[in-house]
Amino acid sequence: MQDPVSHSDSTIGRVEVKETTCYMCACRCGIRVHLRDGEVRYIDGNPKHPLNKGVICAKGSSGIMKQYSPGRITKPLRRKPGAERGESAFEVISWDEAFGMLEERLAKLRAEDPKKFALFTGRDQMQALTGLFAKQYGTPNYAAHGGFCSVNMAAGLIYTMGGSFWEFGGPDLERSKLFVMIGTAEDHHSNPLKIAISEFKRRGGRFVSINPVRTGYSAIADEWVPIKPGTDGALLLAIVHEIISKGLFDREFLVQYTNSAELVVDDPERENHGLFYRAEMHVEEGCFDPQNKLWWDRDINGPISTHTPGADPRLMGSYVLPDGTPVKPSFQLLKERVEQYTPEWAAPITGIPAETIRRLAHEMGVTARDQKIELPIKWTDCWDNEHESVTGNPVSFHAMRGLAAHSNGFHTIRTLGILMTLLGTIDRPGGFRHKAPFPRPIPPCPKPPHGPEAVQPNTPLDGMPLGWPAKPDDLFVDADGEAVRLDKAFSWEYPLSVHGLMHNVITNAWRGDPYPIDTLFLFMANMAWNSTMNTVEVRKMLVDKNPNGDYKIPFLVVCDTFASETVAFADLVLPDTSYLERHDALSMLDRPISEFDGPVDAVRIPVLPPKGDCKPFQDVLVELGSRLKLPAFTKEDGSRKYRDYPDFVVNYETSPGSGIGFLAGWRGQSGDKVLKGEPNPRQWEMYAQNGCVFHYELPRNYQYMRNWNKGYLHWARAHGMIRYAEPINLHLYSEVLQKFRLAAQGKWPGRIPPERLRERVETFFDPLPFYYDPLESQLIDTRRYPLNALTQRPMAMYHSWDSQNAWLRQIHSHNYLFMSPRVGLENGFGDGDWVWVESPHGKVRCMCRFSEAVEPGTVWTWNAIGKASGAWGLSADADESRKGFLLNHVIAEELPPSASGDHLSNSDPVTGQAAWFDVRVRVYKAEDGETKMTSPQFKAMPRLPGQEKKRGKWQSYVAGVFGKK
Amino acid sequence: MHPAFSVIFLTTLIGAGQGLYLAMVTGQLYAVARFLPRQEEQFYAIGSLVALVLLVAGLAASFFHLGRPERAWRAAAKWKTSWLSREVIVLPLVMALVFAYGIAHLLDWTQPLFRVGQSLDVDVTLLLGLLGTVASFALYVCTAMVYAGVKFLEEWHTPLTVTNFIFFGAASGFMLAAAYSAYVGNPLVTFYGTWAAILTLVALGSRLAHLLRNARIKHKSTVQTAIGVRHTALTQRAQGATGGSFNTREFFHGGDSRLLVLIRYGFLILVFPVPILLIGAAYVTESSTLPILAFVIQFVGLMLERWSFFAEARHPQNLYYQSVA
Amino acid sequence: MTQLALVIDLNVCVGCHACVTSCKEWNTSGWAGPMVDQNPYGASPNGTFFNRVQTFEVGTFPDTETVHFPKSCLHCEEPPCVPVCPTGASYKRADNGVVLVDYDKCIGCKYCSWACPYGARELDAEQKVMKKCTLCIDRITDAKLSERDRKPACVLACPTSARLFGDVHDPDSEVSVAIRERGGYQLMPEWGTKPANHYLPRQKTRIHIDPDELTRVDNPLRKEDLTSYTGEETLDDVAW
Repeated sequence: MQDPVSHSDSTIGRVEVKETTCYMCACRCGIRVHLRDGEVRYIDGNPKHPLNKGVICAKGSSGIMKQYSPGRITKPLRRKPGAERGESAFEVISWDEAFGMLEERLAKLRAEDPKKFALFTGRDQMQALTGLFAKQYGTPNYAAHGGFCSVNMAAGLIYTMGGSFWEFGGPDLERSKLFVMIGTAEDHHSNPLKIAISEFKRRGGRFVSINPVRTGYSAIADEWVPIKPGTDGALLLAIVHEIISKGLFDREFLVQYTNSAELVVDDPERENHGLFYRAEMHVEEGCFDPQNKLWWDRDINGPISTHTPGADPRLMGSYVLPDGTPVKPSFQLLKERVEQYTPEWAAPITGIPAETIRRLAHEMGVTARDQKIELPIKWTDCWDNEHESVTGNPVSFHAMRGLAAHSNGFHTIRTLGILMTLLGTIDRPGGFRHKAPFPRPIPPCPKPPHGPEAVQPNTPLDGMPLGWPAKPDDLFVDADGEAVRLDKAFSWEYPLSVHGLMHNVITNAWRGDPYPIDTLFLFMANMAWNSTMNTVEVRKMLVDKNPNGDYKIPFLVVCDTFASETVAFADLVLPDTSYLERHDALSMLDRPISEFDGPVDAVRIPVLPPKGDCKPFQDVLVELGSRLKLPAFTKEDGSRKYRDYPDFVVNYETSPGSGIGFLAGWRGQSGDKVLKGEPNPRQWEMYAQNGCVFHYELPRNYQYMRNWNKGYLHWARAHGMIRYAEPINLHLYSEVLQKFRLAAQGKWPGRIPPERLRERVETFFDPLPFYYDPLESQLIDTRRYPLNALTQRPMAMYHSWDSQNAWLRQIHSHNYLFMSPRVGLENGFGDGDWVWVESPHGKVRCMCRFSEAVEPGTVWTWNAIGKASGAWGLSADADESRKGFLLNHVIAEELPPSASGDHLSNSDPVTGQAAWFDVRVRVYKAEDGETKMTSPQFKAMPRLPGQEKKRGKWQSYVAGVFGKK
Repeated sequence: MHPAFSVIFLTTLIGAGQGLYLAMVTGQLYAVARFLPRQEEQFYAIGSLVALVLLVAGLAASFFHLGRPERAWRAAAKWKTSWLSREVIVLPLVMALVFAYGIAHLLDWTQPLFRVGQSLDVDVTLLLGLLGTVASFALYVCTAMVYAGVKFLEEWHTPLTVTNFIFFGAASGFMLAAAYSAYVGNPLVTFYGTWAAILTLVALGSRLAHLLRNARIKHKSTVQTAIGVRHTALTQRAQGATGGSFNTREFFHGGDSRLLVLIRYGFLILVFPVPILLIGAAYVTESSTLPILAFVIQFVGLMLERWSFFAEARHPQNLYYQSVA
Repeated sequence: MTQLALVIDLNVCVGCHACVTSCKEWNTSGWAGPMVDQNPYGASPNGTFFNRVQTFEVGTFPDTETVHFPKSCLHCEEPPCVPVCPTGASYKRADNGVVLVDYDKCIGCKYCSWACPYGARELDAEQKVMKKCTLCIDRITDAKLSERDRKPACVLACPTSARLFGDVHDPDSEVSVAIRERGGYQLMPEWGTKPANHYLPRQKTRIHIDPDELTRVDNPLRKEDLTSYTGEETLDDVAW
């Protein structure tokens, strides 16, 4: 061998290095793709990228194997005439034929009834375009995967503090002293979070992880607090109880920046009971919180306008206004609410000793109070108070699906928001920090359409397909109060379902409830497998027929890069490109990659030509939009407006002359404007020259306290990020929820819920957080199903995406059900045995693995490792299908029938968040004679036309060359 | 360790080959000393040829152990440090001497070259025989030290491995010599058979001592030292790959513990009592087939012994490969 | 003499496997490649990796620690794998202490892997030669790479910077300082192999709260002292 020291990689072949943005997961790090003779040789992190600063994860490092995977679809395919759906029998067609089929079908539907077309996407970082397409088409039946992902986290916090975790905001670990992570395994913000946690630990910060399972991040926590799934709300309420009863809250912060001191009408007899007492004065209508509320001043011992200079309001007490209205500060109501939630009450529910709960509360409260940070940054608040410094309380939190994926998640997460608020940590150093375009008003301005009349033939939808209801009248329901959307989002069943309910789309369409549809278009959503609940039945629904022989869901279009399980069920398959072959805009209109210090967006620029006939999905939408002559894609003379997606990205403006487009960087004719400015024809080039990322660093005095930072809010308004430069006070008490409750009580002048849902709405639209058992547990026999079952996302796999990846699948080719050895002991089986895990809805056979790192009432597995035989380019006997299993089979998409309805989604009653982790199971040993193979099994999916032949036994990769060196 | 058939064949075949050769030389020495009748030269020649065949077969088997057999010649390079390299050098030397010894007998190069003392005529065959004996013992040591020299394999890292290899090889070789004598019908069956029985008993002692030692072995490495964490409850949950790796193939025998025990009892029976009883029965019955049967059974037993030898060795790297998840 | 090595910080390793695949992608197309995979899309996929991340559990519930443990060749100062190699294919570089295999000399006898207590060597099942971590010798010695990039791929990839790289013989190097100040240790010290790679142990940060700290004069509850006299009778009215 050549001496390695005299060897230089750069002398082998033609070397090029191209920068783009990763999409091996939703984190979206900057990457450098090193090419040798035009083939990928190496992908590493871009050291100049603000997000990942040069690091890269296991997935990003395996991008090569995604690019060259034999699981890729390369041709448009049509279900063979005569073949049954689901058999995966396809014939290759041309793109012209594919577009022709779609144009004909979709044009007809649009002319007749646009809501018969439903577009749902697994990927939620392209919503700027997909949402625009749906709205322009005129269908309300559009959403991304947020409803089954983590909408509780988005809604629970945005309805409390105008921002949330991940892309919306996060813990400021650079200055934090105590970091509490709850219910988080792996995260969207994966590499930045890893960087931050490690630096935080090196600086001596204390890291507490609350999680039923100790993996990943939790592994390096200074303290692991195992908790029973679905009981985080009880824990957080008990901590809030302790913080309030010990006086460990930041009074000054609560008074100035939250609605804590604002007086709430407290008389159940009154129509406005539970609403803030509002002074009679002219207020401009808008989607912001008008400042016409009252405090009770301690000095004058009477009411006074909020934020009156010199006023010192009471947080507690009960008062009567001069007009005889009994009122209480909202903090008093919170205090009364949490009085019952003592640590001793929470201990048996959560499995955490009361002493531990108390200690955690004290650690949080004392750290926040005694380790104050003061930065010499002058700023001015919305009430024109000048501040010499920015201060902060260094306690931070991060939470994710462990809180969100329960039917009590919304209130749990509101409690978390309230706890963070009580500690005075919102958008302050060391606490929670927003990321642009957040903070946004509570709730943000966009609203869904208000009724069926918003859907009209050949007309764009009147309203946004997804929005943020602020009152009952913002719901999207018909005259009877019933859903207009297929997924029943924004109906009284799930009023604040701000991300839709993708998990109920197939079941609802199959049942024709609320109505049957014609075409279901799925993009990158594995709805016949890991993205659906009740997988076995949903797969049957997809192939179920009416008595006349037509499929109940007549036409199914699937666009994907890989031969996923869902592709097998398609009538038309569109081959998407890989992330290295496409233009993408990670847009400020959607979910950008902003940092705490200012807006960041990014692009992908192709480094390789598309494989086969693959076409980027965005180009497909631009083409379809043009063919269907949707207004946004068509010139006034009816001709096509945009050549392709890159052309669209540069030239599209949200409205003519708005200056707001898909990309925020290098706007204006010469590229010298940021966020807002005319289209710049050289915008792509400028992104390319700058590592495919645009980072605008705000002046330091705009980086904190942004909910109330006058300078920032005006800057944000000037740059088109928000509509009003009004303060965004935190909703310790949620008047929005109370409005829905009043409607349920018949006290709201506008819309009221249908009879069957009144009690449900009244119960769950509580303006203050409360704890309840997850809905499914209330309806089933939990003694028969004593265990909680859940999944965690492994760090080396992103959802279902990577089983086609030869390197990543070696790390997780199959999965086990992890459980405490006690479960095995009690049920008579040993480590590694085959067991059945059974819920009231189904059962799965799998292998078990004992672990001491799991709460004994919980069993868990890695998410989406199990695959259907033959899918994803794997052989029919691959580990993923023979030894791997999917927990989804035992999780129902609907609740057992109850007084509120027979087909309610197994979701949070406020937001429609899929309650994946509510599932209860029992585990027992498989019989000795049973096949040593996971169950259920499905008929192997054959290889698709155009898909590469199976690679041989050996695969050796050398910069694009397979085979011997 | 994974018992590779290439290595099982290598060590048992060359062990028997060397043993047979030693038996031939011993037979000649006894004849020189006039304790035994001198056989025809052809007896020694064919005996050596059989020994050579076994050595060649062993060498051939060893090639199956190599990933790149075409480069096997390179293995002679590091004789200063590597027992494997030494084995690679000594094995052909032994083969050459065995070949030369056989040829010398075949060509009847028995004219005395010189005389030692009053009556010991030293001829080429005797010189070659003595040289070959030294080389054979060296080869036993080299072969054994390939295993005994790996300090991480504590079950192997003992002089008992060397004595086992020597006595097992010699016993099987003498047993083969007895069988050979029985086959050609000469009177040396008892001579070789008795030596074979004695060597087998010595080997039994050595192997039992080895088993006893290994049963009591306390491994230096523990999972605590492997990852440097002090705690009594320390278990692996995942080894980082679910589909196996070189580490899970090379260092584990792959059978369950019952198989291990079965094979251990199997070789203890097949190598020791059965051949001795058979050879004893052969004396009584003057059977010419029983000695052959005794050798075949002992050789099969030796292959089981070698399988067991590998399987019972627990490599410290296995501490890192305990669980898949 | 220089002895390059990795120092792995178990205190921050979250077990993400970034080092595992970044190593694979660099090295399969590099000087030490290819790193062949077997059954890449079939049952029991496996292949050559220079680095693996394993998971161990310490203690019993609820006092359980989960330890993620990356393992690659430790580049021993007394590498037991080198002298046993019959061909000289395994060698330790004199200039920087990196232990390497010359694939052209390797006969695939696997003997070196027997002589490694750490299981750091893997025979490439298709190429039939022994492979192992090279510390990315073709990166760290490539003068055409920038100073920043002249590090092993795993070190550059690691999101938690749990992998430090440098000369453990230079007492002032980052790695030596880390070993000294953070209690860096070697694996299986009982064998005297003197691994150059070291591991940094877990450390715990705790907060102690004195009961006194819970009650403060500025406790905000004091501001909410809400008792007020509304004319009802008190002891002060009736007692004498």
